[in-house]
Amino acid sequence: MKQWLARLGDSDIGHSFRNSPVAMAAAAVALICIFCSLFANGVAPHNPFDLSTLELSDARLPPAWDALGSSKYLLGTDDQGRDILSALMFGARISLAVGFASVILSVLLGVTLGLLAGFLGGWVDAVLMRLCDVMLSFPAILVALLIAGVGRALFPNAQEGLAFFVLIVSITLTGWVQYARTVRGSTLVERNKEYVQAARVTGVSGLRIMRRHVLPNVLGPVLVLATIQVATAIIIEATLSFLGVGAPPTSPSLGTLIRVGNNYLFSGEWWITVFPGLMLVLISLSVNLLGDWLRDALNPKLR
Amino acid sequence: MTALVQANDLAMTFDVSAPWLNRVLERKPRTLLHAVDGVSFEIEKGKTLALVGESGCGKSTVARLLVGLYEPSRGNLQFDGLDAHAVFKTHQGLQLRSRIQMIFQDPYASLNPRWLVQDIVAEPLIEHGLVHTPATLKERVGELLTAVGLSVFDGAKYPHQFSGGQRQRISIARALATHPEFLVCDEPTSALDVSVQAQVLNLMKDLQRKLGLTYLFISHNLAVVRHVSDQVGVMYLGRLVELADKHALFANPRHPYTRMLLDAIPKMTDTGRARTPVQGEVPNPLNPPAGCAFNPRCPHANERCRNERPLLLTISGIQIACHAVQEGRI
Amino acid sequence: MSLLQVKNLVVEFPNRRGTLRALDDISFEIAPGEILGVVGESGAGKSITGAAIIGLLEPPGRIAGGQILLEGERIDQYGFEQMRHIRGKRIGAIFQDPLTSLNPLHTIGHQLIETIRMHLPLNEKEARERAISLLKDTGIPAPDQRIDHYPHQFSGGMRQRVVIALALAAEPKLIVADEPTTALDVSIQAQIITLLKGICHQHQAAVMLITHDMGVIAETCDRVAVLYAGRIVEIGPVHELINRPAHPYTAGLMAAIPDISQDRERLNQIDGAMPRLNAIPVGCAYNPRCPQVFDKCRSQRPDLMPAGRTRAACWLHETQTQQVPA
Repeated sequence: MKQWLARLGDSDIGHSFRNSPVAMAAAAVALICIFCSLFANGVAPHNPFDLSTLELSDARLPPAWDALGSSKYLLGTDDQGRDILSALMFGARISLAVGFASVILSVLLGVTLGLLAGFLGGWVDAVLMRLCDVMLSFPAILVALLIAGVGRALFPNAQEGLAFFVLIVSITLTGWVQYARTVRGSTLVERNKEYVQAARVTGVSGLRIMRRHVLPNVLGPVLVLATIQVATAIIIEATLSFLGVGAPPTSPSLGTLIRVGNNYLFSGEWWITVFPGLMLVLISLSVNLLGDWLRDALNPKLR
Repeated sequence: MTALVQANDLAMTFDVSAPWLNRVLERKPRTLLHAVDGVSFEIEKGKTLALVGESGCGKSTVARLLVGLYEPSRGNLQFDGLDAHAVFKTHQGLQLRSRIQMIFQDPYASLNPRWLVQDIVAEPLIEHGLVHTPATLKERVGELLTAVGLSVFDGAKYPHQFSGGQRQRISIARALATHPEFLVCDEPTSALDVSVQAQVLNLMKDLQRKLGLTYLFISHNLAVVRHVSDQVGVMYLGRLVELADKHALFANPRHPYTRMLLDAIPKMTDTGRARTPVQGEVPNPLNPPAGCAFNPRCPHANERCRNERPLLLTISGIQIACHAVQEGRI
Repeated sequence: MSLLQVKNLVVEFPNRRGTLRALDDISFEIAPGEILGVVGESGAGKSITGAAIIGLLEPPGRIAGGQILLEGERIDQYGFEQMRHIRGKRIGAIFQDPLTSLNPLHTIGHQLIETIRMHLPLNEKEARERAISLLKDTGIPAPDQRIDHYPHQFSGGMRQRVVIALALAAEPKLIVADEPTTALDVSIQAQIITLLKGICHQHQAAVMLITHDMGVIAETCDRVAVLYAGRIVEIGPVHELINRPAHPYTAGLMAAIPDISQDRERLNQIDGAMPRLNAIPVGCAYNPRCPQVFDKCRSQRPDLMPAGRTRAACWLHETQTQQVPA
């Protein structure tokens, strides 16, 4: 493992990483956020969702550095006495989980369809690409709203699990198109290369060629897109939650927190909405910057 | 004795028409590209037939027809008495494929850059079920690599770690994995340096002798063709214009195009030679001239050449498609 | 006075793993009106030589030593702007791929006239006339009509003729041609070679012809330089070099080329491969592969020295050295 890491560090990508302070800072921030959210149970000073630990008397306390604040609640509390900092970590966990899950599903769906379209060509390609065109003509939020709304209408008393399922599906369906198109383009190029023809001459079946020969060679750009799309997915989820069709209030994501806090913005309790907002910005910014660096690092022409 | 490989009136037509909507709106007819237009030849076991020609002559398409990458629009291919393309479609197709293999022109694109060399060479073995244990697989891959002049340890590397000549060797190793009888080589040394080309050509000749291989060798380089072939076929715009034994062709080329080709090659013995090359260029294959395809550039073309397509006939031991030769004018 | 003088040229490519020497102390001259061939295999540095002379070395490549003199004037240290004036006016360039050498968005007339007017004090009408006459010289039929055509309306061979016309547009004294016929069919190749020879003679331009094809060199060039691993191993009149090669590498190369006029059972092969730039052997770069190697070759690098009618960088000819080569 250590040897592999050493080789990675010494490679062109590793070198590019070490030479880019932005990439290193972004990676550090992203890692901290992910760490905190993964181990929120241990890291967070309070558990904001354990009703037994809440003290209503501590509600609406400003951040610790304010005169009225308390060091027990570093970033203040919301209207029910929940610690904002802890809520941030748990909320980030939801946001990141939904973001990653939907991106993974988007990639699976998009890459598969893109491979099929590029490799099989003909009417399969035509149908799939027209489907992409149709999907792209809808704004992402609208699609997500539609599916989330329909989901809720169909299952009005949905439990949490189902609500999350609908949320993830709706974000997945907005994101798969870019992978399909990119992979289709790369597949069209790779399909005519001689190593694919050599495999055909040997008698390897089309499916195996797609999977074992073409797929590894078209995944490069997908990685970059996926990294950047994590940020987009988190923002879409936040938007949906803000609009009330996303994460349920019992497991609030950052978007839900922003929405809830919005109500108290004009009464002067700015911290309830601003800190979740800042956290959202921090996560998506660091992921975006990482994605940018990765795209430049992987581009052989820029080296 | 019937030849191992027999091509009968092979033809390959590609439909390169504009999309349906454009054709309807602009009232354009379908555009067909006759990449190969009726090619017939035989290759005996253990021999090498070379196909030469310039761009657009269809020699690469013939190569792909012979290995089953394309299906002919017309004609058939007989391999060891079997109708190859019919067999390819059946269950025995896989077995037939193990007997016919191909080596490609571009050493950089013919190996999957993400696979290890040993996996590349092992793939045909696994696909055809020729080995049953990992140990025998490793052994056989090692055998193949050493047979082409590489080392066993080269298997654990990636293609980009090798030079062009070494990559062609890997391609040859892969092609030999299934003990094929017939190898189609599509310009295998065109992308290589002269000294490396010499190594690879010598290797191919050695392997042919050792393993009794039959080759179809495609090239545009007549000097290389002279070195490797037994028989030479000259192609122009999808048709065979001359097909003869190597010695006969180089000593006494009959077809005007063959003569032009041989004359056009810069020779090292003619330093500072002044000559008048033939004018004109290869016409657009989408719109070939009527009659004999070479007639616009031929110094001996007459009215018949412009209207009637010459057939490939046997004249004093060689096959030639030329009215002027058939009429005894040249 | 020679038209182009290259003295001890060194071209380096610094990268994070160290510095690679692509050209290591190269010296040669081109006389006015002469055709010099530069031949070598992939990685020998011939394209880099051409690029260095035209001033189009791709960064991070840079000239790290030596001089390039054009008609006595040092041009190796010139910046981009100064080289821009020299390119086209005094040095013309022809590259391998005619498809990418021409701008697909402009007619060839536009490109020709633009180049002509950039370097010569002619008005629009005169420039157009000159362009048409150039096209005629390069054998393009109906030049007064075809001057208004776009590159895609020409075939490959025709395009290369246009590129030659472009290179000659401003009457440069030197043309650097990098593999001008490699991408063309054999019969077209023959036409282009004949054209290049004739037209350069007509316009009194010297040519530096870079190629890997010895046949083309044999037919076109007056002198030829053989490059190996960034060094010139032999240079001399083409007839001598081909028939009486003095350097073992040149000899090996000639013997490896299949001969169209006779049958040979085996081609002579040179075992091994050209060393990578980061692994060039001490002493003579060719020593690991040389059939005539001896001790001195492995420790001391030979300079070009007289060897018969050519000059070769080989210790075999040491006893013939009477003076230090230029």
